[in-house]
Amino acid sequence: MRFRIFLAFALALTVAFLVLPVLAIFVNTSPERLISSLGEPQSRDALLLSLRTSAIAMAIIVAVGTPAAYLLAVRKFRGQALLTTLVELPLVLPPAVAGIGLLAALGPHGILGGALADAHIQLVLQTAGVVVALTFVASPFYLRQAQTAFQAVDPTYLEAARSLGARESAVFLRVAIPTARPGLVAGLALAWGRALGEFGATLMVAGSFQGITQTAPLAIYDQFASDFPAALALSAVLVIVSAVLLLTIKLGSGPPVVSGG
Amino acid sequence: MKPAARRAALLSAGLLLIAPSLGGCGGDSQRLEVSAAASLREAFTRYARQLKRDSVRFSFAGSDALAAQIEQGVRPDVFASASRQLPDMLYAKGLVARPVAFAANRLVLAVPRDSVITGLGPLERGGVSVAVGAPTVPVGSYAAKALARLAPAQRRALVANIRDREPDVIGIVGKLLQGAVDAGLLYATDVTATKGRLRAIQLPPRLKPEIAYEAAVVKGAAHPAEARTFISGLLRGAGRAELLRDGFLAPPGR
Repeated sequence: MRFRIFLAFALALTVAFLVLPVLAIFVNTSPERLISSLGEPQSRDALLLSLRTSAIAMAIIVAVGTPAAYLLAVRKFRGQALLTTLVELPLVLPPAVAGIGLLAALGPHGILGGALADAHIQLVLQTAGVVVALTFVASPFYLRQAQTAFQAVDPTYLEAARSLGARESAVFLRVAIPTARPGLVAGLALAWGRALGEFGATLMVAGSFQGITQTAPLAIYDQFASDFPAALALSAVLVIVSAVLLLTIKLGSGPPVVSGG
Repeated sequence: MKPAARRAALLSAGLLLIAPSLGGCGGDSQRLEVSAAASLREAFTRYARQLKRDSVRFSFAGSDALAAQIEQGVRPDVFASASRQLPDMLYAKGLVARPVAFAANRLVLAVPRDSVITGLGPLERGGVSVAVGAPTVPVGSYAAKALARLAPAQRRALVANIRDREPDVIGIVGKLLQGAVDAGLLYATDVTATKGRLRAIQLPPRLKPEIAYEAAVVKGAAHPAEARTFISGLLRGAGRAELLRDGFLAPPGR
């Protein structure tokens, strides 16, 4: 009995601690303020940039990450554990470390800086740099979840498809992906949430310029110093946008389906 | 007690033990807490070392962000700002004691050591990138002041090349050192602090804004006496020597 009370107390503490800051943002922002903040060019530009760059990052992560996670999940090969750890590493990197690392790799003085310049690819201080930063910090969230989801797919499904003459690409596209879909979608939601909140790596790689590289979190920090109510309003908008986005993704996914083929 | 319940009780006891030390991070520690403009980092760090006690904890950031924290109820002992306007605003709101000017600085054009840029002229050309401070942070508002004094055509060309508005001087220095931008508007002292990796180009005198640094004891400070000692050391003692060593100038008269 006493243990139950302890559990309930722990849960109450957890919920209160996690919910209070979010609640405070809305308590301090009137609905009118919230709507008028959407009319302010800085807030609007930042929000649109955040949505655009995170959407591109998600497209890249899903397109490349899904087959990569599939390979990590269903095949056995040497160095697999090492590879898994390597792709998950950005998960525990502080954003500032991610930013420094990206600059050291892709910046003008970085390892690949010369090659990128020769190819006329500019990342630093460009919208493309924001996308790179978001992709870097968010992809492990998707990869990890996708790998787990593919591992949970019953191998007999895949075997059955093969025995019916399905090619490996068809097994992947028509059996593995539909079966693993809820896990993939959950991973996408996590990754997208992380990308929308990215701050440190973006600032280091892409800087902060309205409409080009100033994402919503950077605009919030900028307004924090000059106009706290505006920062609160934009924060509230970002919370709502993130929540709606994540809910849409989750509700849109539905239960796993195995296609007939 | 059952084992599980005992473990839970131990865990709770452990949390209770940790809680006071967490509270210590909040402010009632023995250390003097100083919120200072990012441009003061080098000089203040050496000054604190000279105080011979491991007794000062710094928070270096854009002066505007630090002022906003104080407005939101954060209570460091000292607020040292790269502008007069922010401490004066906090003083008017009754959040800090009367601020005193303790140093002056110059705004310069900063370029990497090996840059071919020698003045503002090349910054008007296409393809050149410039970093400045965000308009809310002093280094950015001084840059805006300087640019506003240019001829309109020159100003437009130069402003069009601004690609980055950083929240503090550290960001501008970092972008310059990484080759992300060709030039930046920084304090002369920031360039000195890079020990030759950046080069300072003086701005024409008519563009130079007056830059005064002010410090104030924060109302409700946990260590007001030490805070006053810290500030007076900036006006006369070891703090002043360290400021001058980094290229800060004597404060202008009011």
